[in-house]
Amino acid sequence: MGYNCVVLAKQVPDTHRITGQVMNDDGTVNRAALPAIFNPEDLSALELALQIKDRFGGRITVITMGLPAATRILRDALYRGADDAVLVTDSRAAASDTLATSYILSCAVRKLDYDIVLCGRQAIDGDTAQVGPQLAEKLGITQITYVEAMESLEGKAITLRRNIGNGWQRVKAKLPVLLTVTGDAAEPRVGAARKMMKYKNARTRAEIEQQVKAANPSADDATIKGLAKEQADALERKGLLIRQWNLDDIKADLAWCGRSGSPTKVHRIQSVVLATKESKDIAPSDEGVAGMIHELIQDKIIA
Amino acid sequence: MGNFYRDNEDIQFLFRHIDLGQLAKAFEEDFRFAGEFDYAPGSEQEAVRNYEMVLESLGELSADFIAPRAEDVDREGNQLNEDGTVTRPKGIREAIEKLGQAEVMGFTLPHRFGGLNFPNLVYSMAVEILSRADASLMNIFGLQGIADTINAFASEEIKQKYLPAFASGKVTGAMVLTEPDAGSDLQAVKLRAYQDAEGRWFLHGVKRFITNGCGDVLLVLSRSEPDRSGGLGLSLFVCGPGPTVHIRRLEDKLGIHGSPTCEIFFDHTPCELIGERQRGLVPYVATLMNGARIGIAAQSMGIAEATYRIARDYAASRKQFSVAIEKLPAVRDMLIDMRLALEAGRALLYDASRVVDLAIGYNTQAENNPPQDKEQSKRVKDNARLYRRFAGMLTPMSKYYCSEMCNRVAYDSMQVLGGSGFMRDYACERHLRDARITTIYEGTSQLQVVAAVRGVCSGTAEKYLAVLSALEYDPQVGDLLAKLAEGTQQLNAAIEFTKGQGNDYMDLYGRALVDVAIDLITGYLLCGQAGTKVEMNVPVAGSGPGRNGQMIPMKQRKAILARRYVEKNAPKIKALTDLIRQGDRSTFNNYEALVGPVPEA
Repeated sequence: MGYNCVVLAKQVPDTHRITGQVMNDDGTVNRAALPAIFNPEDLSALELALQIKDRFGGRITVITMGLPAATRILRDALYRGADDAVLVTDSRAAASDTLATSYILSCAVRKLDYDIVLCGRQAIDGDTAQVGPQLAEKLGITQITYVEAMESLEGKAITLRRNIGNGWQRVKAKLPVLLTVTGDAAEPRVGAARKMMKYKNARTRAEIEQQVKAANPSADDATIKGLAKEQADALERKGLLIRQWNLDDIKADLAWCGRSGSPTKVHRIQSVVLATKESKDIAPSDEGVAGMIHELIQDKIIA
Repeated sequence: MGNFYRDNEDIQFLFRHIDLGQLAKAFEEDFRFAGEFDYAPGSEQEAVRNYEMVLESLGELSADFIAPRAEDVDREGNQLNEDGTVTRPKGIREAIEKLGQAEVMGFTLPHRFGGLNFPNLVYSMAVEILSRADASLMNIFGLQGIADTINAFASEEIKQKYLPAFASGKVTGAMVLTEPDAGSDLQAVKLRAYQDAEGRWFLHGVKRFITNGCGDVLLVLSRSEPDRSGGLGLSLFVCGPGPTVHIRRLEDKLGIHGSPTCEIFFDHTPCELIGERQRGLVPYVATLMNGARIGIAAQSMGIAEATYRIARDYAASRKQFSVAIEKLPAVRDMLIDMRLALEAGRALLYDASRVVDLAIGYNTQAENNPPQDKEQSKRVKDNARLYRRFAGMLTPMSKYYCSEMCNRVAYDSMQVLGGSGFMRDYACERHLRDARITTIYEGTSQLQVVAAVRGVCSGTAEKYLAVLSALEYDPQVGDLLAKLAEGTQQLNAAIEFTKGQGNDYMDLYGRALVDVAIDLITGYLLCGQAGTKVEMNVPVAGSGPGRNGQMIPMKQRKAILARRYVEKNAPKIKALTDLIRQGDRSTFNNYEALVGPVPEA
């Protein structure tokens, strides 16, 4: 018994901590000015997977695609209780839009044995909510989006409650499934003490190479590769080497990856400067306040 | 996303200012566990990093998960069900689950039971951080001394049975000591422990005011020697809940509503003996209570921090007479005094915790790994004894000071908020209610003074002040050190005078003597902080609206703080020592006339 879960996570700029230097003059985001964090709804997806594991057993593998620095959220996932983590990193994957990203992730997920794939509903940087559904299509499995609670899991049947905007819907599906999870589904646990003590030294090969390079700025490539391999092997013996795949490892068709696999074209970026222009009367009653709060939440002004 | 460790500069500063590496080395016994457990640290640096990661994790849990539930926990309280079980408030149930997942329920237990083997100092920081979020949850999280007591005194079999479950957060415990006629005076405990023909132990009788008495592991102090009165007739037992353990009543309390306070009837309950007979009160419960006192001091710090922050924020935003009320002299003075008292309390608590850790560290070294060299071996033993003595004085001092301080701060915070503070719209009223118990349980302030004043009058305080004054200080606090030296002389003169007056006089002026000793010790500690090697910048308050982002070095801030603290205390120390030396005995001689008869009903 037990269910194997694959959780897809993204490292995102912390858009909840907006300061003055966050926007570039051209209206794009200055990512360097924002701390990089575990996408909040992906944390809820991980928590839901952990709750499934706590109750039924099974293994949790967390995958992220990104630069070597994104390994940080993989360590975070290990701290919280994931069994395994994979960094998908490849310079040929740069500039991937949601279609290319979901293709690459589908190649990675296919390498694993899974019953349930869990994603956050959407990332707080792009807010597209597209990668999860596209991934389910590519894997050819059932998708249940906007999950706000898991009600039961018995044998091959999972019952969930999904948010449909003006209410909720109970859905029962046969495994395997892909879920996109909202923040309401599960409140994340924090890192576990002994797991942090252990995994704080876990690294991917890409990180090790960067560290070695930084420590030996004048060394040639061969020396760096040799030193990095030595360190990686030592970590592997202790079970602290985090897996890393490139596009060849997951047998991705390069035509579908990166810029060439991305039909999305940015047409125009608008730098919107907000200014007060209209006012609105709110009735001084419970209904009035509730309506205003509802509107603010809908407009994502408050969360 | 908040974090009660990351947003607290003073805790972060002290984390780096105090030599945690020294404690790590002692607790990890020169890092000999690293080979055996993959999470045990291999160096001082690694251990200290572990401590900080766990505090950060707990800081996140406290800010984001526990604190938002505290108000509901307070309203909901615990429920005694008809079948005798207790239903905890939802927020507490959820928090216990999260704490278990965070693997922080075996903070100080050895690695082999799944514990973290962290020093008490780090545990004190953790208890403070968590108590700031919900003081009542501390009465579950902060009862880890129960597991420590089992670890220190019970048989291997009992340890194996209970300790892994504690460390994983699957069980919580209770210290089952108090009875209707045995509160402060535990020597009067009556609950009977007896053996059957096969030598099995049973408990029979009633315990009252038992914090978390509905927990899974009950450490019960009971009379195993029916013919012996006093402490020597008492032994310590462990049992779990079961058909013979009846929770008869939950107390309806002023504060800490999330913490269930139970009356328990043990109806011939099977139990197991901890350690040896007749050692129940001393040393077992005495050790347990010393740990718990440090815990209450940390709980007090958390409450004070929480309520101070509300007052600080309110004073900046509330406008009266067209200015923010923090511009008014009386209000700003209150805020400064609160903040200083907080930092003085934290300095004392963390120092007491450090000294407790050193006492344990030297003791472990003397027992497990004494140096070959005879001289050195003797020094380790001497240090173990000396630090135990310091700990015996600093522990009641920190419990007394921090709990009284937290009540003052909770009182003044509400005062800053005025009418709003009296309403339930702000958490100040909850903090004030929660604060009130801290000077009462685990030994009242009056009993802490009794314990501490013996240290003050027997030379321990003098010795500890000598240790402190011999440390290196920054030249900028030179004049403050002179003031502290003068205060020490005044204290010594008052002690001399007291000794000539007898023990009743010492207890009568105990509070004044202990107050002076604490003011001097905290004065030195704050002067020490003013000479810190830690490089760290902290923001100052904005002079205009909002935060203007000006930063100053922590060292400079602490120097300003130490100056105000020591200079304002100096006249107080003189007045108190003068009072002691006045020899007034009217409390003994004129009590009847002064208080009058007992009022008729």
